Amino acid sequence: MIEVRDLHKAFGAVKAVDGVSFKARDGEITGLLGPNGAGKTTTLRMLYTLMAPDRGQVLVDGIDAATDALAVRRQLGVLPDARGLYKRLTARENIDYFARLHGLPENELATRREALIQALEMDDIGDRRTEGFSQGQRVKTAIARALIHDPRNVILDEPTNGLDVMATRALRQFMQKLKAEGRCVLFSSHIMQEVAALCDRIVVIAHGRVVADESPQALREQTGEHNLEDAFVKIIGSEEGLAA
Amino acid sequence: MNAVTARARRASAFLTVFLKEVKENLRDRRTLTSALLTGPLLGPLLFVMLINVALNREFEKAEQPLKVPVIGAEYAPNLIDALKAGGVVPQPAIANPERAVRKQDADVVVRISADYPKAWRKGEPVQVEVIHDSSQRDTATAVERVSRLVEGYARQQGAMRLVARGLSPSTAWPIAVARRDQATAQARGVLMFGMLPYFFVITIFLGGMYLAIDLTAGERERQSLEPLFANPVARWKILFGKLAAICAFSCMSLLITLVAFAVIGPFVPTEKLGMELNLGLHFGAHVFLLMLPLVLLLAGLQSLVAAFAKSYREAQTYLSLLMIVPALPSLLLSVLPIKAQGWMYAVPLLGQNLGVMRLLRGDGIEPQQLLYCVAGTLAAAALVILGTAQLYRSERLAISA
Repeated sequence: MIEVRDLHKAFGAVKAVDGVSFKARDGEITGLLGPNGAGKTTTLRMLYTLMAPDRGQVLVDGIDAATDALAVRRQLGVLPDARGLYKRLTARENIDYFARLHGLPENELATRREALIQALEMDDIGDRRTEGFSQGQRVKTAIARALIHDPRNVILDEPTNGLDVMATRALRQFMQKLKAEGRCVLFSSHIMQEVAALCDRIVVIAHGRVVADESPQALREQTGEHNLEDAFVKIIGSEEGLAA
Repeated sequence: MNAVTARARRASAFLTVFLKEVKENLRDRRTLTSALLTGPLLGPLLFVMLINVALNREFEKAEQPLKVPVIGAEYAPNLIDALKAGGVVPQPAIANPERAVRKQDADVVVRISADYPKAWRKGEPVQVEVIHDSSQRDTATAVERVSRLVEGYARQQGAMRLVARGLSPSTAWPIAVARRDQATAQARGVLMFGMLPYFFVITIFLGGMYLAIDLTAGERERQSLEPLFANPVARWKILFGKLAAICAFSCMSLLITLVAFAVIGPFVPTEKLGMELNLGLHFGAHVFLLMLPLVLLLAGLQSLVAAFAKSYREAQTYLSLLMIVPALPSLLLSVLPIKAQGWMYAVPLLGQNLGVMRLLRGDGIEPQQLLYCVAGTLAAAALVILGTAQLYRSERLAISA
């Protein structure tokens, strides 16, 4: 469970995040939807303690990120916006590196790693060096290494960015699986169809603020629009930066 | 119980980072060639070649016939004969000797004035000009040879005149100067080997440079620093692992260079100059000890600079500039031959420089000097690494865009 209370973050005069609050519950997929530059990535970065908020609080499974950042990171599996791999290491070695940084024992490491490789269908690339990987292969490897320590909470920043249709479908199924396992899944996207298809709850962010926090159904009812796309445009107040 | 062991394993994150960086960079051909081949071997090879060329030139000049343009040779045939006996081959007169010397057309020119025969016959002193340019160090041997021949001839003629007048030649020279050079054979060698400490420092620098760039600026540019920092490991532990990897590579470079010098040492023809050069195990071990804290300092400095840079390329530019800094003590010492004070050993780079020079001279290094050198450089390294750790804590560090 991830809870965010009144987050603020400014870069100079630019208020990137200006009072964001929401909850992402266990066994649910929560979507952070907003146009480019709305403050999604900055919000997520404060969640996984890469940045400290100017004001506000981040709680992961009840642990305050301000007091125990390391404990928070232990509860999280993160696929950041930046998902660079080590190109001179194989996919398996990339995964193992993060596993050891998490302090996973070697026997548990091997079992977890192989299970993830099965689940993400990346058996064919496991022992290849990641140099020259396709975008999809790279995302799979990055997800595997993010989840190697079996985290309760999973944060994915624009996970389908740059993926083709097949890879996107596979990733959505994988997220459903994470949800079925009872995890708290929080992901950001600027693609409405994706959020609509996956989420139990949608948090819409625009100009650093939460402008809606509802189920897809409630969102439609609230705006009185039958079509989700029209509903979003109405909420955000402009058509800027949203992709269908 | 399980939580305790997990914590213990996380505590070894430093080791995890170190092992991964070493493994990854051992697979990189460019880093490997730079750290283990070109960096450490270029120095010794270049060194031997330079020394050989320099020595051979000196000897050639000392032994070979020396061509010297002589103006007014016809006025002093006896002097010319004396010069010829000394290996000088007189050349026809040239119009503007001053210009020729400055333009390096001639190393040295002898000018005998037209009133030479008249003055000679009267027994009056006459002037013989030796025209040269002392800023051309290359010509020093030739000038020295010609001057000596002229002076030797003058002394011989003077003595004969005195004898002809019934006087002992010693009347004219109440004092005889006898030079007693106290430089040991090794100390003479030092003059030529002043750049050796710089070679060692540069080797360390090159050995770690690619790693330092790759592990901070490079990792950020490839966008892998942000996911790395999302792991539950304190950033200073990650930094220490990376520093250890940089140090491991630069230590390897230094070791290879020291071994190369030990192997190559006997091939440097130092005995031709009556010098002695001992680059063996004793020398190597002491240099390694002197340089070890510097390895840490340079790794810290390189990481600091690479963390400041916005991109790989920028880091490369900054580090190339930083590479000039280690040359400063060597340059300073060659221009200003200062007497080493105790405190100077505590100054990083300068201390190593002085220490290596002492070892080369065969003086050996005193425990106190070694202590100053190691402690001073270690203190500087600690400061730099503390600064880098501070920089690592900044939010901007991990973010590439």
